[in-house]
Amino acid sequence: MTFTVSLNHFIFVSAILFSLGIYAVLTRRNAIMVLMGIELILNSANINFVAFSRYAGMDVNGHLAAIFVIFLAACEAAVALAIVLNIYKQFNTVNVDEVSTMKD
Amino acid sequence: MLEQVYNSLQFIKPELILVGTLLVSIIVDLIFKNKKVVVAFVILGLVLSFYYLTFLNSINQLIFFNMYAIDPFAYFFKIFLLVATIGIVLFSVLSKEISDLKSREGEFYYFLVALTIGMFLMTSSTNLIMMYLAIELTSLTSYMLAGFMKEEKSSSEASLKYVLYGAFSSGMMLYGISIIYGLTGSFDLLAINMAIADGVSSLALLISTVLMFVGFGYKISAVPFHFWTPDVYEGSPISVTTILSVASKAAGFSMLMRTAKIMFIDPYAAPTVNDWQIIDSVPIVEILTILSVLTMTLGNLVAIWQSNLKRLLAYSSIAHAGYLLLGVLTMNNEGYSATLIYFVTYLFMNVGAFLIVMLVSNKLNSSDIDSYKGLGMKSPFIGVMFALFLISLTGLPPTAGFVGKLYIFAALVNKKLILLAVIGVLNSVVSLYYYVRIFRNMFLRESDIETPEIKLSLAEKLLILVFAIPTIGLGLYFAPLVEFAHASVEIFSGN
Repeated sequence: MTFTVSLNHFIFVSAILFSLGIYAVLTRRNAIMVLMGIELILNSANINFVAFSRYAGMDVNGHLAAIFVIFLAACEAAVALAIVLNIYKQFNTVNVDEVSTMKD
Repeated sequence: MLEQVYNSLQFIKPELILVGTLLVSIIVDLIFKNKKVVVAFVILGLVLSFYYLTFLNSINQLIFFNMYAIDPFAYFFKIFLLVATIGIVLFSVLSKEISDLKSREGEFYYFLVALTIGMFLMTSSTNLIMMYLAIELTSLTSYMLAGFMKEEKSSSEASLKYVLYGAFSSGMMLYGISIIYGLTGSFDLLAINMAIADGVSSLALLISTVLMFVGFGYKISAVPFHFWTPDVYEGSPISVTTILSVASKAAGFSMLMRTAKIMFIDPYAAPTVNDWQIIDSVPIVEILTILSVLTMTLGNLVAIWQSNLKRLLAYSSIAHAGYLLLGVLTMNNEGYSATLIYFVTYLFMNVGAFLIVMLVSNKLNSSDIDSYKGLGMKSPFIGVMFALFLISLTGLPPTAGFVGKLYIFAALVNKKLILLAVIGVLNSVVSLYYYVRIFRNMFLRESDIETPEIKLSLAEKLLILVFAIPTIGLGLYFAPLVEFAHASVEIFSGN
């Protein structure tokens, strides 16, 4: 029995990763964990880009997009972690529920 | 290939000058102890960029391998963004929050330039990846600006909430982009448009469109993607709140309008001015209608309960995004030009209102509505000017706000969307309530504690007048603005 990996497999994996990312963002209260959830979402999109580019007979634009997204994820992580560090200095916690001085 | 890059470079002189300004001002900031030198340099760069921008007024073409559009629509928004940024640089010079930053003060101004570059890219991009990069450039800079007073709890909190919501929504948008790429095989808006018109799976297209609108909705702070707005606007330095509520929102709208027009209009239908043929596989008008009604209604209703002026103006700016979406959802030239007109009026009245809040909080260290009690009688100049901006924000004649709303509602009525126009007018009536509450506090209430008279310097008075004169002037004489807006709705669409 031969088993070939097709485009559908990649799309399933990325959809699962995307859902897990959203789940993490919505349920985790630790700012670092939320950021990791966001990272999962970005990477699920990356899998899509590369898979479409490879399997659907398209140009290399998908690969390039994935590289750009990896760069951007790094920039975003740098800025976000700096902000979280500053939050820790101010509030002594990185729990997003406890960081709340403004009322609704 | 290299030739096209060379040919394209001449069209992005304004952007190049801004990049140069950004890089050199970092060095200027290192050399000079007096941070006002950086301010002067940044203003010089912005004005120079403006000068080169004016040469591009009648050009309509795609550059850099169809990634970047130089067209009258982008021209309008770039002028708008430069005027707003120059205004906000001057605004920040008078702000105590910013000058208290001391050694970091210079940094603030070149971050504003970086923000402007990001917004320039947002208005002109015609490629999904370019659009995503532009959004991220704008967002990353605004996260840092929001948390610029890092010793203050509220500012740190604002930046945390901004970065979490922002990264989440742009991640969703990216996933949507990846599905669109899979469906159509391209990142180019025109190519995507052709592919959609030729027919693609409509459920996947709907999902990816909705995901993309999460990104747009977050940038323009439309309900239900607005959760960051009140906290970020309240916690950030007031100068940052102002630029986020005016310039960043305008850039988001320009991108939304360009995408809606290029991606979802049937390329095979004969081009018409006032009835764009929308491809029926995507309910784009319905999506925009839902967003718009939710946005203005929630914005106005929640604003009623606010006791902090920054937070109140945050909700009011959410409501204004709703009115602006009304202009977009008509999906014709009239509605688009009405949106542009509204933006210009919104620029002057909203920056003016924030300017007054900033000057008062410089002196009183408070943005609470209660601290405005009796302020109108003690400091009549501030009182009258604030009243003018609030009347304009409500949309009463003879101010600019009235003209903006008039054109939006006229576009709706002409498109036979009477119900939406009625909802819009009702919302304006609701907004009157909370604007009048400020008015009443200023003029009709006596202060419990002794509020000092607020003395303004000449520069501060002049800057208020810079925003007040157009607010009343555009309400009386608006023909050139209307003409400019009509000429600017021409978006590059391939023909």
